[in-house]
Amino acid sequence: MDHIAQGIDLVVQDVTVAYNNGHVALHDASFSLNPGTICALVGVNGSGKSTLFKAIMGFVRPVRGTVRIAGDPVKAAHKKNWVAYVPQSEDVDWSFPVSVWDVVLMGRYGYMNFLRIPGAQDKRLAMESLERVKMTEFKDRQIGELSGGQKKRVFLARALAQQGRIILLDEPFTGVDFKTEGAIIALLRELRDDGHIILVSTHNLGTVPEFCDQVVMINRTVLAFGPTETTFTEENLALAFGGALRHLRLDHTDVPGAERNELVVLTDDEGALVVGAGGRLERRKARNDDQKAGSEP
Amino acid sequence: MTRIFEPFQYGFMIEALLVAALIGAVCAVLSCYLVLEGWSLMGDAISHAVLPGIVLAYIVGAPLALGAFLSGLVCAGSTGWIKTHSRVKEDTVMGIVFTGLFALGLVMFSRVQTDVHLNHILFGSLLGIERSDMIQATVTASIALCVMLALRKDLLLYCFDQNHAKVVGMNTTFLHYLLLSVLSATIVAALQAVGIILTVAMLITPGCIAYLISDRFDRMLLIAVISAVFSALVGTYVSYFLDGATGSCIVLTQALLFVLAMVLAPKHGLLAARRIARASPVTVDLP
Ligand SMILES: Nc1ncnc2c1ncn2[C@@H]1O[C@H](COP(=O)(O)OP(=O)(O)OP(=O)(O)O)[C@@H](O)[C@H]1O
Ligand SMILES: [Mg+2]
Repeated sequence: MDHIAQGIDLVVQDVTVAYNNGHVALHDASFSLNPGTICALVGVNGSGKSTLFKAIMGFVRPVRGTVRIAGDPVKAAHKKNWVAYVPQSEDVDWSFPVSVWDVVLMGRYGYMNFLRIPGAQDKRLAMESLERVKMTEFKDRQIGELSGGQKKRVFLARALAQQGRIILLDEPFTGVDFKTEGAIIALLRELRDDGHIILVSTHNLGTVPEFCDQVVMINRTVLAFGPTETTFTEENLALAFGGALRHLRLDHTDVPGAERNELVVLTDDEGALVVGAGGRLERRKARNDDQKAGSEP
Repeated sequence: MTRIFEPFQYGFMIEALLVAALIGAVCAVLSCYLVLEGWSLMGDAISHAVLPGIVLAYIVGAPLALGAFLSGLVCAGSTGWIKTHSRVKEDTVMGIVFTGLFALGLVMFSRVQTDVHLNHILFGSLLGIERSDMIQATVTASIALCVMLALRKDLLLYCFDQNHAKVVGMNTTFLHYLLLSVLSATIVAALQAVGIILTVAMLITPGCIAYLISDRFDRMLLIAVISAVFSALVGTYVSYFLDGATGSCIVLTQALLFVLAMVLAPKHGLLAARRIARASPVTVDLP
Protein backbone atom coordinates (compact mmCIF):
# COMPACT_ATOMS: atom_id res chain seq x y z
CA MET A 1 0.00 0.00 0.00
CA ASP A 2 2.39 2.57 -1.24
CA HIS A 3 -0.24 5.12 -2.02
CA ILE A 4 -0.35 8.31 -0.02
CA ALA A 5 -3.83 9.12 1.16
CA GLN A 6 -5.08 12.32 -0.37
CA GLY A 7 -5.60 15.00 2.17
CA ILE A 8 -9.12 14.90 3.48
CA ASP A 9 -10.20 16.45 6.71
CA LEU A 10 -12.74 15.66 9.38
CA VAL A 11 -14.84 18.45 10.80
CA VAL A 12 -17.18 17.85 13.73
CA GLN A 13 -19.23 20.97 14.34
CA ASP A 14 -21.63 21.61 17.22
CA VAL A 15 -22.74 18.01 17.21
CA THR A 16 -25.54 17.16 19.63
CA VAL A 17 -26.68 13.57 19.85
CA ALA A 18 -29.75 12.38 21.73
CA TYR A 19 -30.76 8.74 21.98
CA ASN A 20 -34.32 7.49 21.58
CA ASN A 21 -34.83 7.46 25.33
CA GLY A 22 -34.20 11.21 25.37
CA HIS A 23 -30.73 10.97 26.89
CA VAL A 24 -28.45 13.63 25.41
CA ALA A 25 -25.16 11.76 25.21
CA LEU A 26 -23.25 14.56 23.53
CA HIS A 27 -23.92 18.24 23.07
CA ASP A 28 -22.24 20.98 21.02
CA ALA A 29 -19.14 18.91 20.36
CA SER A 30 -16.73 20.56 17.96
CA PHE A 31 -13.25 19.76 16.75
CA SER A 32 -11.51 19.23 13.44
CA LEU A 33 -8.65 17.07 12.28
CA ASN A 34 -6.34 17.52 9.33
CA PRO A 35 -4.69 14.68 7.41
CA GLY A 36 -1.72 12.95 9.00
CA THR A 37 -2.58 12.91 12.66
CA ILE A 38 -3.20 10.48 15.46
CA CYS A 39 -5.80 11.82 17.83
CA ALA A 40 -6.77 10.30 21.14
CA LEU A 41 -10.31 10.42 22.44
CA VAL A 42 -10.37 10.20 26.22
CA GLY A 43 -13.08 10.45 28.83
CA VAL A 44 -14.79 8.52 31.57
CA ASN A 45 -17.17 5.62 30.94
CA GLY A 46 -20.34 6.98 29.47
CA SER A 47 -18.75 10.27 28.45
CA GLY A 48 -19.84 9.74 24.86
CA LYS A 49 -16.76 8.37 23.12
CA SER A 50 -18.58 5.59 21.35
CA THR A 51 -21.42 7.99 20.65
CA LEU A 52 -19.04 10.38 18.94
CA PHE A 53 -17.75 7.48 16.85
CA LYS A 54 -21.29 6.57 15.94
CA ALA A 55 -21.93 10.14 14.84
CA ILE A 56 -18.82 10.15 12.67
CA MET A 57 -19.83 6.83 11.17
CA GLY A 58 -23.35 8.08 10.60
CA PHE A 59 -25.05 5.46 12.81
CA VAL A 60 -26.77 8.11 14.87
CA ARG A 61 -28.09 11.28 13.33
CA PRO A 62 -27.14 14.38 15.31
CA VAL A 63 -30.16 16.41 16.37
CA ARG A 64 -28.00 19.46 15.79
CA GLY A 65 -24.67 20.13 14.14
CA THR A 66 -22.83 18.36 11.35
CA VAL A 67 -20.04 15.94 10.70
CA ARG A 68 -18.25 16.60 7.41
CA ILE A 69 -15.56 14.55 5.80
CA ALA A 70 -13.66 16.47 3.13
CA GLY A 71 -16.70 18.70 3.01
CA ASP A 72 -19.06 15.80 2.33
CA PRO A 73 -21.72 14.45 4.66
CA VAL A 74 -20.86 11.06 6.16
CA LYS A 75 -23.14 9.02 3.88
CA ALA A 76 -21.29 10.27 0.82
CA ALA A 77 -17.97 9.56 2.52
CA HIS A 78 -19.03 5.96 3.13
CA LYS A 79 -19.75 5.46 -0.55
CA LYS A 80 -16.14 6.43 -1.20
CA ASN A 81 -14.90 4.04 1.49
CA TRP A 82 -13.24 6.87 3.36
CA VAL A 83 -14.09 5.76 6.86
CA ALA A 84 -12.74 2.51 8.28
CA TYR A 85 -13.66 1.22 11.66
CA VAL A 86 -12.01 -1.22 14.04
CA PRO A 87 -14.67 -2.46 16.46
CA GLN A 88 -14.36 -3.01 20.17
CA SER A 89 -13.58 -6.68 20.82
CA GLU A 90 -16.76 -7.15 22.81
CA ASP A 91 -18.80 -6.15 19.77
CA VAL A 92 -17.59 -9.05 17.63
CA ASP A 93 -19.11 -12.53 17.57
CA TRP A 94 -15.91 -14.55 17.66
CA SER A 95 -17.63 -17.87 17.02
CA PHE A 96 -18.89 -16.63 13.66
CA PRO A 97 -17.94 -19.06 10.87
CA VAL A 98 -15.54 -16.84 8.97
CA SER A 99 -11.78 -17.06 8.51
CA VAL A 100 -9.20 -14.33 8.92
CA TRP A 101 -9.02 -14.09 5.15
CA ASP A 102 -12.80 -13.68 4.85
CA VAL A 103 -12.74 -10.83 7.33
CA VAL A 104 -9.94 -8.98 5.59
CA LEU A 105 -11.73 -9.36 2.25
CA MET A 106 -14.78 -7.75 3.82
CA GLY A 107 -12.72 -4.57 3.82
CA ARG A 108 -12.92 -4.68 0.03
CA TYR A 109 -16.70 -5.14 -0.25
CA GLY A 110 -17.26 -1.46 -0.96
CA TYR A 111 -15.13 -1.79 -4.10
CA MET A 112 -16.65 -5.02 -5.39
CA ASN A 113 -19.68 -5.50 -7.64
CA PHE A 114 -22.99 -6.53 -6.13
CA LEU A 115 -22.12 -10.22 -6.04
CA ARG A 116 -19.01 -9.29 -4.01
CA ILE A 117 -16.65 -11.43 -6.02
CA PRO A 118 -13.10 -10.38 -5.17
CA GLY A 119 -10.90 -9.41 -8.11
CA ALA A 120 -7.13 -9.71 -8.38
CA GLN A 121 -6.66 -6.21 -6.96
CA ASP A 122 -8.87 -6.99 -3.96
CA LYS A 123 -6.95 -10.15 -3.19
CA ARG A 124 -3.61 -8.42 -3.57
CA LEU A 125 -4.55 -5.61 -1.20
CA ALA A 126 -6.00 -8.05 1.32
CA MET A 127 -2.80 -10.07 1.19
CA GLU A 128 -0.63 -6.98 1.61
CA SER A 129 -2.73 -5.85 4.55
CA LEU A 130 -2.30 -9.23 6.23
CA GLU A 131 1.44 -9.05 5.70
CA ARG A 132 1.54 -5.59 7.14
CA VAL A 133 0.00 -6.72 10.42
CA LYS A 134 2.08 -9.93 10.28
CA MET A 135 -0.93 -12.23 10.22
CA THR A 136 -0.32 -14.01 6.91
CA GLU A 137 0.30 -17.37 8.54
CA PHE A 138 -3.09 -17.23 10.27
CA LYS A 139 -4.94 -16.55 7.03
CA ASP A 140 -7.13 -19.65 7.17
CA ARG A 141 -7.88 -19.69 10.88
CA GLN A 142 -11.39 -19.21 12.13
CA ILE A 143 -11.37 -15.82 13.84
CA GLY A 144 -12.19 -17.22 17.29
CA GLU A 145 -9.00 -19.29 17.26
CA LEU A 146 -6.75 -16.28 17.74
CA SER A 147 -5.28 -14.46 20.71
CA GLY A 148 -6.60 -11.05 21.75
CA GLY A 149 -3.80 -9.18 20.02
CA GLN A 150 -4.08 -11.24 16.85
CA LYS A 151 -7.82 -10.56 16.73
CA LYS A 152 -7.15 -6.84 16.88
CA ARG A 153 -4.64 -7.10 14.06
CA VAL A 154 -7.12 -8.90 11.82
CA PHE A 155 -9.57 -6.02 12.06
CA LEU A 156 -6.77 -3.56 11.58
CA ALA A 157 -5.88 -5.44 8.40
CA ARG A 158 -9.49 -5.12 7.29
CA ALA A 159 -9.28 -1.36 7.75
CA LEU A 160 -6.03 -1.30 5.76
CA ALA A 161 -7.57 -3.34 2.96
CA GLN A 162 -10.45 -0.91 2.88
CA GLN A 163 -7.96 1.90 2.29
CA GLY A 164 -9.97 4.20 4.53
CA ARG A 165 -8.60 7.69 5.00
CA ILE A 166 -10.09 8.05 8.44
CA ILE A 167 -9.55 5.11 10.74
CA LEU A 168 -11.56 4.88 13.93
CA LEU A 169 -10.37 2.53 16.64
CA ASP A 170 -12.58 1.93 19.66
CA GLU A 171 -10.38 0.87 22.59
CA PRO A 172 -7.76 -0.94 20.52
CA PHE A 173 -5.52 -1.74 23.48
CA THR A 174 -7.84 -3.67 25.74
CA GLY A 175 -6.68 -7.26 26.07
CA VAL A 176 -3.50 -6.58 24.17
CA ASP A 177 -0.04 -7.18 25.61
CA PHE A 178 2.72 -4.61 25.74
CA LYS A 179 4.50 -5.93 22.66
CA THR A 180 1.43 -6.05 20.43
CA GLU A 181 0.44 -2.65 21.71
CA GLY A 182 3.82 -1.43 20.48
CA ALA A 183 3.31 -3.09 17.10
CA ILE A 184 -0.13 -1.53 16.70
CA ILE A 185 1.25 1.87 17.64
CA ALA A 186 4.07 1.49 15.11
CA LEU A 187 1.51 0.66 12.43
CA LEU A 188 -0.67 3.63 13.36
CA ARG A 189 2.36 5.89 13.07
CA GLU A 190 3.06 4.57 9.57
CA LEU A 191 -0.53 5.25 8.60
CA ARG A 192 -0.32 8.72 10.04
CA ASP A 193 2.78 9.35 7.94
CA ASP A 194 0.79 8.18 4.90
CA GLY A 195 -1.66 11.00 5.59
CA HIS A 196 -4.43 9.10 7.38
CA ILE A 197 -6.49 10.52 10.18
CA ILE A 198 -6.46 8.12 13.11
CA LEU A 199 -8.94 8.59 15.92
CA VAL A 200 -8.42 6.30 18.90
CA SER A 201 -10.62 6.03 21.95
CA THR A 202 -8.69 4.71 24.90
CA HIS A 203 -8.61 4.35 28.65
CA ASN A 204 -4.91 3.71 28.48
CA LEU A 205 -3.80 7.20 29.46
CA GLY A 206 -0.16 6.19 29.75
CA THR A 207 0.26 5.56 26.04
CA VAL A 208 -1.48 8.74 24.87
CA PRO A 209 1.54 11.10 25.05
CA GLU A 210 3.63 8.37 23.53
CA PHE A 211 1.92 8.18 20.16
CA CYS A 212 -0.89 10.70 19.89
CA ASP A 213 -0.34 14.06 18.24
CA GLN A 214 -3.66 15.48 19.36
CA VAL A 215 -6.17 14.85 22.09
CA VAL A 216 -9.91 15.33 22.36
CA MET A 217 -11.15 15.17 25.92
CA ILE A 218 -14.82 14.64 26.31
CA ASN A 219 -17.45 14.40 28.94
CA ARG A 220 -20.77 14.79 27.16
CA THR A 221 -19.15 17.62 25.22
CA VAL A 222 -15.64 18.44 24.08
CA LEU A 223 -13.86 19.78 27.17
CA ALA A 224 -10.51 20.33 25.56
CA PHE A 225 -9.00 19.77 22.15
CA GLY A 226 -5.50 20.43 20.88
CA PRO A 227 -1.94 19.14 20.58
CA THR A 228 -1.02 16.55 23.19
CA GLU A 229 1.74 18.65 24.77
CA THR A 230 -0.52 21.54 25.59
CA THR A 231 -3.85 19.77 26.06
CA PHE A 232 -3.02 16.52 27.79
CA THR A 233 -2.24 18.16 31.09
CA GLU A 234 -2.95 17.28 34.67
CA GLU A 235 -5.53 20.09 34.96
CA ASN A 236 -7.44 19.02 31.85
CA LEU A 237 -7.37 15.41 32.94
CA ALA A 238 -8.74 16.37 36.30
CA LEU A 239 -11.45 18.29 34.46
CA ALA A 240 -12.31 15.36 32.21
CA PHE A 241 -12.16 12.63 34.77
CA GLY A 242 -12.97 14.38 38.02
CA GLY A 243 -13.10 11.82 40.76
CA ALA A 244 -12.96 8.89 38.37
CA LEU A 245 -9.20 9.09 38.18
CA ARG A 246 -6.89 7.37 40.60
CA HIS A 247 -4.36 9.93 41.60
CA LEU A 248 -1.19 8.94 43.40
CA ARG A 249 1.57 11.33 44.36
CA LEU A 250 4.85 9.58 45.04
CA ASP A 251 8.21 10.81 46.20
CA HIS A 252 10.10 9.17 43.39
CA THR A 253 11.15 9.66 39.77
CA ASP A 254 12.23 7.33 36.97
CA VAL A 255 14.17 10.00 35.17
CA PRO A 256 17.78 10.10 36.29
CA GLY A 257 19.05 13.57 37.08
CA ALA A 258 15.65 15.08 37.64
CA GLU A 259 15.92 17.99 40.00
CA ARG A 260 12.85 17.09 42.05
CA ASN A 261 11.72 13.71 43.21
CA GLU A 262 8.04 13.92 42.57
CA LEU A 263 5.87 11.60 40.58
CA VAL A 264 2.16 11.75 39.95
CA VAL A 265 0.44 8.62 38.71
CA LEU A 266 -2.87 9.24 36.97
CA THR A 267 -4.86 6.22 36.02
CA ASP A 268 -8.35 5.59 34.71
CA ASP A 269 -8.49 1.83 34.68
CA GLU A 270 -5.74 0.81 32.34
CA GLY A 271 -2.23 2.08 31.60
CA ALA A 272 -1.28 4.87 33.94
CA LEU A 273 -0.07 8.30 33.00
CA VAL A 274 3.01 9.22 34.95
CA VAL A 275 3.74 12.88 35.41
CA GLY A 276 7.02 14.05 36.90
CA ALA A 277 7.81 17.29 38.65
CA GLY A 278 6.53 20.39 36.92
CA GLY A 279 4.20 18.44 34.65
CA ARG A 280 7.05 16.72 32.77
CA LEU A 281 5.79 13.51 31.15
CA GLU A 282 7.78 10.48 32.15
CA ARG A 283 7.59 8.42 29.01
CA ARG A 284 8.08 4.75 29.04
CA LYS A 285 11.49 4.32 27.48
CA ALA A 286 11.14 0.59 27.79
CA ARG A 287 9.01 0.23 24.70
CA ASN A 288 11.60 1.44 22.24
CA ASP A 289 14.30 -0.78 23.72
CA ASP A 290 11.88 -3.64 23.69
CA GLN A 291 11.14 -3.20 20.04
CA LYS A 292 14.72 -3.08 19.02
CA ALA A 293 15.31 -6.34 20.83
CA GLY A 294 12.31 -8.34 19.66
CA SER A 295 11.31 -8.54 16.02
CA GLU A 296 7.92 -10.30 16.09
CA PRO A 297 5.19 -8.15 17.57
CA MET B 1 -39.24 -56.04 -1.59
CA THR B 2 -41.43 -54.29 -4.14
CA ARG B 3 -42.98 -52.33 -1.26
CA ILE B 4 -39.74 -50.38 -0.99
CA PHE B 5 -40.04 -49.02 -4.52
CA GLU B 6 -43.79 -48.66 -4.46
CA PRO B 7 -43.83 -44.90 -3.66
CA PHE B 8 -41.82 -44.13 -6.77
CA GLN B 9 -44.55 -45.49 -9.03
CA TYR B 10 -46.81 -42.58 -8.24
CA GLY B 11 -46.54 -39.21 -9.89
CA PHE B 12 -47.80 -37.42 -6.79
CA MET B 13 -45.03 -39.01 -4.70
CA ILE B 14 -42.31 -37.98 -7.12
CA GLU B 15 -43.70 -34.44 -7.13
CA ALA B 16 -43.95 -34.39 -3.35
CA LEU B 17 -40.36 -35.57 -3.04
CA LEU B 18 -39.11 -32.88 -5.42
CA VAL B 19 -41.07 -30.08 -3.77
CA ALA B 20 -40.02 -31.22 -0.31
CA ALA B 21 -36.39 -31.23 -1.41
CA LEU B 22 -36.66 -27.72 -2.88
CA ILE B 23 -38.37 -26.33 0.19
CA GLY B 24 -35.82 -28.06 2.39
CA ALA B 25 -32.97 -26.49 0.45
CA VAL B 26 -34.42 -22.96 0.67
CA CYS B 27 -35.11 -23.27 4.37
CA ALA B 28 -31.61 -24.63 4.89
CA VAL B 29 -29.93 -21.63 3.24
CA LEU B 30 -32.04 -19.24 5.24
CA SER B 31 -31.48 -21.16 8.45
CA CYS B 32 -27.75 -20.51 8.26
CA TYR B 33 -28.43 -16.77 8.45
CA LEU B 34 -31.10 -17.11 11.12
CA VAL B 35 -28.84 -19.14 13.36
CA LEU B 36 -25.97 -16.68 12.99
CA GLU B 37 -28.15 -13.59 13.38
CA GLY B 38 -29.96 -15.08 16.39
CA TRP B 39 -33.31 -14.90 14.67
CA SER B 40 -34.63 -18.36 15.57
CA LEU B 41 -37.45 -16.91 17.61
CA MET B 42 -38.25 -14.52 14.78
CA GLY B 43 -38.72 -17.55 12.52
CA ASP B 44 -41.02 -19.14 15.06
CA ALA B 45 -42.97 -15.93 15.51
CA ILE B 46 -43.51 -15.17 11.85
CA SER B 47 -44.43 -18.74 11.02
CA HIS B 48 -47.28 -18.60 13.54
CA ALA B 49 -48.27 -15.04 12.74
CA VAL B 50 -49.06 -15.81 9.11
CA LEU B 51 -52.31 -17.58 10.00
CA PRO B 52 -54.63 -14.54 10.07
CA GLY B 53 -53.16 -13.43 6.73
CA ILE B 54 -53.89 -16.81 5.20
CA VAL B 55 -57.49 -16.79 6.40
CA LEU B 56 -58.01 -13.22 5.25
CA ALA B 57 -56.54 -13.99 1.84
CA TYR B 58 -58.89 -16.96 1.60
CA ILE B 59 -61.88 -14.76 2.37
CA VAL B 60 -61.06 -12.12 -0.24
CA GLY B 61 -59.85 -14.69 -2.73
CA ALA B 62 -56.25 -13.45 -2.93
CA PRO B 63 -53.31 -15.87 -3.16
CA LEU B 64 -52.75 -17.37 0.30
CA ALA B 65 -49.04 -16.71 -0.07
CA LEU B 66 -49.65 -12.98 -0.35
CA GLY B 67 -51.76 -12.89 2.82
CA ALA B 68 -49.20 -14.93 4.72
CA PHE B 69 -46.41 -12.70 3.53
CA LEU B 70 -48.17 -9.51 4.60
CA SER B 71 -49.12 -10.74 8.04
CA GLY B 72 -45.57 -11.97 8.53
CA LEU B 73 -44.38 -8.44 7.88
CA VAL B 74 -47.04 -7.06 10.23
CA CYS B 75 -45.69 -9.34 12.94
CA ALA B 76 -42.08 -8.24 12.41
CA GLY B 77 -43.03 -4.60 12.06
CA SER B 78 -45.20 -4.41 15.14
CA THR B 79 -42.62 -6.28 17.20
CA GLY B 80 -40.04 -3.69 16.24
CA TRP B 81 -42.38 -0.81 16.94
CA ILE B 82 -43.47 -2.05 20.37
CA LYS B 83 -39.88 -2.76 21.33
CA THR B 84 -38.72 0.78 20.60
CA HIS B 85 -41.77 2.32 22.27
CA SER B 86 -41.85 0.35 25.50
CA ARG B 87 -39.43 -1.04 28.03
CA VAL B 88 -40.26 -4.67 27.26
CA LYS B 89 -37.51 -6.83 25.75
CA GLU B 90 -37.74 -7.97 22.16
CA ASP B 91 -38.23 -11.69 22.76
CA THR B 92 -41.05 -10.99 25.18
CA VAL B 93 -42.77 -8.64 22.75
CA MET B 94 -42.39 -11.20 20.02
CA GLY B 95 -43.97 -13.89 22.17
CA ILE B 96 -47.00 -11.70 22.76
CA VAL B 97 -47.34 -10.51 19.18
CA PHE B 98 -47.11 -13.89 17.50
CA THR B 99 -49.35 -15.77 19.89
CA GLY B 100 -51.85 -12.92 19.60
CA LEU B 101 -51.82 -13.04 15.81
CA PHE B 102 -51.99 -16.83 15.83
CA ALA B 103 -54.99 -16.75 18.16
CA LEU B 104 -56.61 -14.14 15.92
CA GLY B 105 -56.06 -16.46 12.98
CA LEU B 106 -57.69 -19.38 14.83
CA VAL B 107 -60.70 -17.27 15.76
CA MET B 108 -61.08 -16.02 12.19
CA PHE B 109 -60.73 -19.55 10.93
CA SER B 110 -63.52 -20.83 13.14
CA ARG B 111 -65.84 -18.13 11.76
CA VAL B 112 -65.40 -18.90 8.05
CA GLN B 113 -66.48 -21.94 6.12
CA THR B 114 -63.51 -23.22 4.14
CA ASP B 115 -62.69 -26.30 2.21
CA VAL B 116 -59.14 -26.05 3.53
CA HIS B 117 -58.64 -28.21 6.55
CA LEU B 118 -57.17 -26.45 9.51
CA ASN B 119 -55.04 -29.52 9.99
CA HIS B 120 -53.45 -29.01 6.59
CA ILE B 121 -52.38 -25.52 7.52
CA LEU B 122 -51.20 -26.48 10.97
CA PHE B 123 -49.38 -29.64 10.00
CA GLY B 124 -48.85 -29.46 6.23
CA SER B 125 -50.13 -31.90 3.65
CA LEU B 126 -47.53 -32.49 1.03
CA LEU B 127 -49.09 -35.76 -0.10
CA GLY B 128 -52.51 -34.27 -0.62
CA ILE B 129 -51.56 -30.84 -1.88
CA GLU B 130 -53.43 -29.00 -4.63
CA ARG B 131 -51.60 -28.41 -7.85
CA SER B 132 -51.91 -24.61 -7.61
CA ASP B 133 -50.55 -24.61 -4.07
CA MET B 134 -47.63 -26.68 -5.15
CA ILE B 135 -46.82 -24.28 -7.96
CA GLN B 136 -47.16 -21.34 -5.61
CA ALA B 137 -44.77 -22.95 -3.11
CA THR B 138 -42.29 -23.81 -5.83
CA VAL B 139 -42.24 -20.32 -7.29
CA THR B 140 -41.98 -18.62 -3.89
CA ALA B 141 -39.19 -20.94 -2.77
CA SER B 142 -37.25 -20.46 -6.01
CA ILE B 143 -37.39 -16.68 -5.77
CA ALA B 144 -36.28 -16.73 -2.15
CA LEU B 145 -33.43 -19.06 -3.00
CA CYS B 146 -32.20 -16.89 -5.89
CA VAL B 147 -32.31 -13.72 -3.81
CA MET B 148 -30.39 -15.30 -0.96
CA LEU B 149 -27.74 -16.83 -3.18
CA ALA B 150 -27.19 -13.59 -5.09
CA LEU B 151 -26.87 -11.54 -1.91
CA ARG B 152 -25.31 -14.18 0.29
CA LYS B 153 -22.15 -12.21 1.01
CA ASP B 154 -24.03 -9.01 1.81
CA LEU B 155 -26.32 -10.91 4.15
CA LEU B 156 -23.34 -12.59 5.75
CA LEU B 157 -21.63 -9.27 6.42
CA TYR B 158 -24.94 -7.90 7.69
CA CYS B 159 -25.12 -10.73 10.22
CA PHE B 160 -21.45 -10.48 11.15
CA ASP B 161 -20.78 -6.76 11.46
CA GLN B 162 -23.55 -4.30 10.64
CA ASN B 163 -21.37 -1.34 11.47
CA HIS B 164 -18.75 -2.29 8.94
CA ALA B 165 -21.49 -2.97 6.41
CA LYS B 166 -22.71 0.60 6.88
CA VAL B 167 -19.24 2.11 6.67
CA VAL B 168 -18.55 0.47 3.32
CA GLY B 169 -21.74 2.03 2.01
CA MET B 170 -24.15 -0.89 2.23
CA ASN B 171 -27.80 -0.18 2.98
CA THR B 172 -28.36 -2.21 6.14
CA THR B 173 -31.99 -1.14 6.55
CA PHE B 174 -32.65 -2.56 3.12
CA LEU B 175 -30.85 -5.80 4.03
CA HIS B 176 -32.84 -6.06 7.25
CA TYR B 177 -36.16 -5.85 5.45
CA LEU B 178 -34.90 -8.05 2.67
CA LEU B 179 -34.05 -10.77 5.16
CA LEU B 180 -37.47 -10.35 6.77
CA SER B 181 -39.20 -10.59 3.40
CA VAL B 182 -37.23 -13.65 2.40
CA LEU B 183 -38.09 -15.17 5.76
CA SER B 184 -41.80 -14.55 5.25
CA ALA B 185 -41.69 -15.88 1.71
CA THR B 186 -39.82 -19.00 2.77
CA ILE B 187 -42.28 -19.63 5.56
CA VAL B 188 -45.12 -19.45 3.07
CA ALA B 189 -43.44 -22.16 1.04
CA ALA B 190 -42.51 -24.24 4.06
CA LEU B 191 -46.09 -24.23 5.33
CA GLN B 192 -47.05 -26.50 2.44
CA ALA B 193 -44.53 -29.07 3.50
CA VAL B 194 -44.61 -29.11 7.26
CA GLY B 195 -47.35 -26.73 8.38
CA ILE B 196 -47.31 -23.77 10.73
CA ILE B 197 -46.37 -25.62 13.88
CA LEU B 198 -43.24 -27.31 12.57
CA THR B 199 -41.99 -24.71 10.11
CA VAL B 200 -39.60 -23.29 12.66
CA ALA B 201 -37.76 -26.61 12.74
CA MET B 202 -37.04 -26.33 9.02
CA LEU B 203 -35.81 -22.81 9.65
CA ILE B 204 -33.26 -23.57 12.33
CA THR B 205 -32.27 -27.22 12.49
CA PRO B 206 -30.27 -27.46 9.23
CA GLY B 207 -28.32 -24.30 10.06
CA CYS B 208 -27.65 -25.63 13.54
CA ILE B 209 -26.41 -28.96 12.22
CA ALA B 210 -24.11 -27.18 9.81
CA TYR B 211 -22.87 -24.77 12.47
CA LEU B 212 -21.83 -27.71 14.62
CA ILE B 213 -19.96 -29.37 11.79
CA SER B 214 -18.21 -26.51 10.04
CA ASP B 215 -16.73 -23.16 10.89
CA ARG B 216 -16.64 -21.79 7.37
CA PHE B 217 -19.77 -20.20 6.01
CA ASP B 218 -19.71 -21.66 2.50
CA ARG B 219 -19.27 -25.17 3.85
CA MET B 220 -22.00 -24.46 6.37
CA LEU B 221 -24.40 -23.59 3.55
CA LEU B 222 -23.54 -26.79 1.74
CA ILE B 223 -23.93 -29.01 4.80
CA ALA B 224 -27.22 -27.36 5.76
CA VAL B 225 -28.64 -27.88 2.27
CA ILE B 226 -27.48 -31.49 2.08
CA SER B 227 -28.91 -32.39 5.48
CA ALA B 228 -32.19 -30.62 4.76
CA VAL B 229 -32.66 -32.21 1.35
CA PHE B 230 -31.78 -35.61 2.77
CA SER B 231 -34.30 -35.16 5.60
CA ALA B 232 -36.97 -33.95 3.19
CA LEU B 233 -36.54 -36.97 0.94
CA VAL B 234 -36.34 -39.52 3.75
CA GLY B 235 -39.23 -37.95 5.66
CA THR B 236 -41.51 -37.79 2.66
CA TYR B 237 -40.61 -41.32 1.64
CA VAL B 238 -41.24 -42.77 5.08
CA SER B 239 -44.51 -40.89 5.43
CA TYR B 240 -45.86 -42.74 2.43
CA PHE B 241 -45.90 -45.88 4.52
CA LEU B 242 -47.46 -44.06 7.46
CA ASP B 243 -50.17 -42.59 5.27
CA GLY B 244 -49.43 -39.01 6.20
CA ALA B 245 -47.59 -36.97 8.83
CA THR B 246 -45.10 -35.97 6.15
CA GLY B 247 -44.02 -32.81 7.95
CA SER B 248 -43.45 -34.63 11.20
CA CYS B 249 -41.34 -37.28 9.47
CA ILE B 250 -39.17 -34.61 7.84
CA VAL B 251 -38.68 -32.73 11.08
CA LEU B 252 -37.98 -35.92 12.98
CA THR B 253 -35.28 -36.90 10.50
CA GLN B 254 -33.70 -33.48 10.93
CA ALA B 255 -33.77 -33.84 14.68
CA LEU B 256 -32.01 -37.20 14.43
CA LEU B 257 -29.36 -35.69 12.17
CA PHE B 258 -28.90 -32.92 14.72
CA VAL B 259 -28.27 -35.45 17.46
CA LEU B 260 -25.77 -37.25 15.23
CA ALA B 261 -23.98 -33.98 14.46
CA MET B 262 -23.95 -33.05 18.11
CA VAL B 263 -22.20 -36.29 18.98
CA LEU B 264 -20.00 -36.82 15.94
CA ALA B 265 -19.06 -33.34 14.68
CA PRO B 266 -15.32 -33.33 13.94
CA LYS B 267 -14.39 -30.26 15.96
CA HIS B 268 -17.31 -29.18 18.10
CA GLY B 269 -18.93 -32.57 18.75
CA LEU B 270 -19.15 -34.33 22.10
CA LEU B 271 -16.82 -37.16 21.04
CA ALA B 272 -14.29 -34.74 19.63
CA ALA B 273 -14.31 -32.78 22.86
CA ARG B 274 -13.73 -35.96 24.82
CA ARG B 275 -10.96 -37.05 22.46
CA ILE B 276 -9.21 -33.72 22.81
CA ALA B 277 -9.57 -33.80 26.58
CA ARG B 278 -8.04 -37.27 26.68
CA ALA B 279 -5.22 -36.47 24.27
CA SER B 280 -3.97 -33.56 26.37
CA PRO B 281 -5.07 -34.07 29.96
CA VAL B 282 -2.89 -31.33 31.42
CA THR B 283 -3.44 -28.59 28.87
CA VAL B 284 -4.81 -25.49 30.45
CA ASP B 285 -6.18 -22.90 28.08
CA LEU B 286 -4.47 -19.72 29.08
CA PRO B 287 -5.85 -16.52 27.58
N1 LIG C 1 -28.32 3.02 22.37
C1 LIG C 1 -28.38 3.87 23.42
N2 LIG C 1 -29.57 4.28 23.89
C2 LIG C 1 -29.64 5.13 24.94
N3 LIG C 1 -28.59 5.64 25.58
C3 LIG C 1 -27.36 5.26 25.17
C4 LIG C 1 -27.19 4.36 24.08
N4 LIG C 1 -25.87 4.16 23.89
C5 LIG C 1 -25.25 4.90 24.83
N5 LIG C 1 -26.14 5.57 25.59
C6 LIG C 1 -25.82 6.48 26.69
O1 LIG C 1 -25.04 7.55 26.18
C7 LIG C 1 -23.98 7.86 27.05
C8 LIG C 1 -22.66 7.79 26.32
O2 LIG C 1 -22.39 6.46 25.97
P1 LIG C 1 -21.11 6.02 25.16
O3 LIG C 1 -21.29 4.59 24.78
O4 LIG C 1 -20.87 6.99 24.07
O5 LIG C 1 -19.97 6.14 26.26
P2 LIG C 1 -18.41 5.83 26.14
O6 LIG C 1 -17.70 7.11 26.36
O7 LIG C 1 -18.11 5.09 24.91
O8 LIG C 1 -18.19 4.91 27.42
P3 LIG C 1 -17.17 3.66 27.63
O9 LIG C 1 -15.88 4.25 28.09
O10 LIG C 1 -17.83 2.91 28.73
O11 LIG C 1 -17.07 2.91 26.36
C9 LIG C 1 -24.09 6.90 28.22
O12 LIG C 1 -24.67 7.59 29.29
C10 LIG C 1 -24.97 5.81 27.73
O13 LIG C 1 -25.78 5.32 28.77
MG1 LIG D 1 -17.40 3.02 24.39
